[in-house]
Amino acid sequence: MTAPLRIGFIPLVDAAALIVAVDKGFAAAEGLEVELVREVSWSNVRDKLNIGLFDAAHLLAPVAIASSLGLGHVKVPIAAPFNLGINGNAITVSPALHAALMEETDGDRFDPLVTAKALARVVAKRRKAGADPLTFGMTFPFSTHNYQLRFWMAAAGVDPDEDVRLVVLPPPYMVDSLANGHVDAFCVGAPWNSIAVDLGIGHILHFVSDILAHAAEKVLALRQVWADKNPDVVASLVRAAVKAAEFIEDPENRTEAARILAQPDRIGVDAEVIQRTLTGRLKISPDGIFRESGSYLLVGREEAGRPDPVQAAWLYAQMVRWGQTTLTPDGVKTAMAVFRPDLYDGALGRRPPTQAPAAFGAFAGPAFDPANIRGHLEAFEVGRWKA
Amino acid sequence: MSAEQSPKIVIVDESPIRAAILEEGLREAGFTQIVHISEMQSLLARIYAVDPDIILIDLENPSRDVLEAMFQVSRAVRRPIAMFVDQSDSSSIQASVEAGVSAYIVDGLRKERIKPILDLCVSRFNAFAKLQEELERTKSQLEDRKVIEKAKGILMKVKGLTEDEAYVLLRSTAMREKKKIGEIAQSIITASEMLK
Repeated sequence: MTAPLRIGFIPLVDAAALIVAVDKGFAAAEGLEVELVREVSWSNVRDKLNIGLFDAAHLLAPVAIASSLGLGHVKVPIAAPFNLGINGNAITVSPALHAALMEETDGDRFDPLVTAKALARVVAKRRKAGADPLTFGMTFPFSTHNYQLRFWMAAAGVDPDEDVRLVVLPPPYMVDSLANGHVDAFCVGAPWNSIAVDLGIGHILHFVSDILAHAAEKVLALRQVWADKNPDVVASLVRAAVKAAEFIEDPENRTEAARILAQPDRIGVDAEVIQRTLTGRLKISPDGIFRESGSYLLVGREEAGRPDPVQAAWLYAQMVRWGQTTLTPDGVKTAMAVFRPDLYDGALGRRPPTQAPAAFGAFAGPAFDPANIRGHLEAFEVGRWKA
Repeated sequence: MSAEQSPKIVIVDESPIRAAILEEGLREAGFTQIVHISEMQSLLARIYAVDPDIILIDLENPSRDVLEAMFQVSRAVRRPIAMFVDQSDSSSIQASVEAGVSAYIVDGLRKERIKPILDLCVSRFNAFAKLQEELERTKSQLEDRKVIEKAKGILMKVKGLTEDEAYVLLRSTAMREKKKIGEIAQSIITASEMLK
């Protein structure tokens, strides 16, 4: 046995592979002793990883990239050898905003372009009436939630910095904030969307998979220096996570996985709510309408665990689009180097797959090409970046 | 801000006792402009209104992520930066994280002015944690005593033991099972309630 590892996580369903790896014994089987530490903020997870209080962490993919780039914070290169989740977020709106959107909706209500256009009309009407701009909650400046909300609304010409307000809210505060009218909508991971629906105060407007078919969400993050020094531990950790992900994705194990995740010192919510997320069958409105999606949250299936550097480049492009950084060739390279499929393949002792990873399938804009981020961004009208 | 003027310090803490301990320490050290915020709903608005030079926040407070957003869009206040951005003094950063306090400072504030404030916070946070630990221990000792008394009573009644014999039985069982005597006492109470 090596020295015990301290790994930080935020209580969200996409920490599943990490939690199950430890609590179901996959980590121990790899000779690892792990202490999971539940955290309350992404800032804490990032800082404790950066200064070495954690050996590894469940981290928002964009935070890992921002850390390597030194954006908004100190520069600490991060290596991500395992993808903890693909997709998994949803946009939930208040009953009032839902009604307003549905009134303006002209077509398929699950088509994000249709709802974004409806949003544009609601925003215009509110402005004309002198009402306050709509407020959207998201989890962090460098978060998939921030970029997904922006990507969606900007497709219909809604400027996320001018036409609405985007505010950061810790996930556990989302539901309360929607209930008391502090925000009109939010984008967050499981289980918070389902909890808002169960309480009758929110409607799930979109699964993020409506907006981007395949989007990297959380990663297993390591300090690059630490990863370089401990290649065997990294490989064991990846194998444990892969086995845990396989376990979770087996429909026969879903109930047990949900029960493990529901423990009070893990995610600490009802197992049934967690299971809904894992199976991708979610109640989307308080009156009991369910919606099913095969790609709501991917923990291990369809090669979800293998980090894809193109995903990192896409996230970097969003940072550029919204003015968080400027586009440079080095920046793209640094961002892509965070995602480490080589460590993943190495841990499993296999060659890189010959099949290309799943594409984003964004509902708007041209196909993404990491070699031409400038050209890609030029195709979008709304943005904060300078050419 | 002139060098002589006391910096404006905001303490973001939901624990009123710890915030008071911290505030007292800062005042004793000669800092006069201190504002305590305990309400998280309108955190950013409150901070914008105060326009502080230094923000101190408890690491257990999820609203740290809200503060991070201020680095990105900070039109209303002078742009704050994280204490961590300057890694020249990594031991004090480590000490503060371990104590559970984080600091954000407004760009331009001189470094030597921050160090004593942070050191003071760390020692006050540690003192508070110790105090709380002692309180918890006393509380659980009191609780244990009550539980043991009750379990003794049950053993005396059911098994016809004297008080001393009941205690010896509890203690030897606890030693054999490598558990606390309070835990054994609690399981006796639970079991007897189930058998009622």
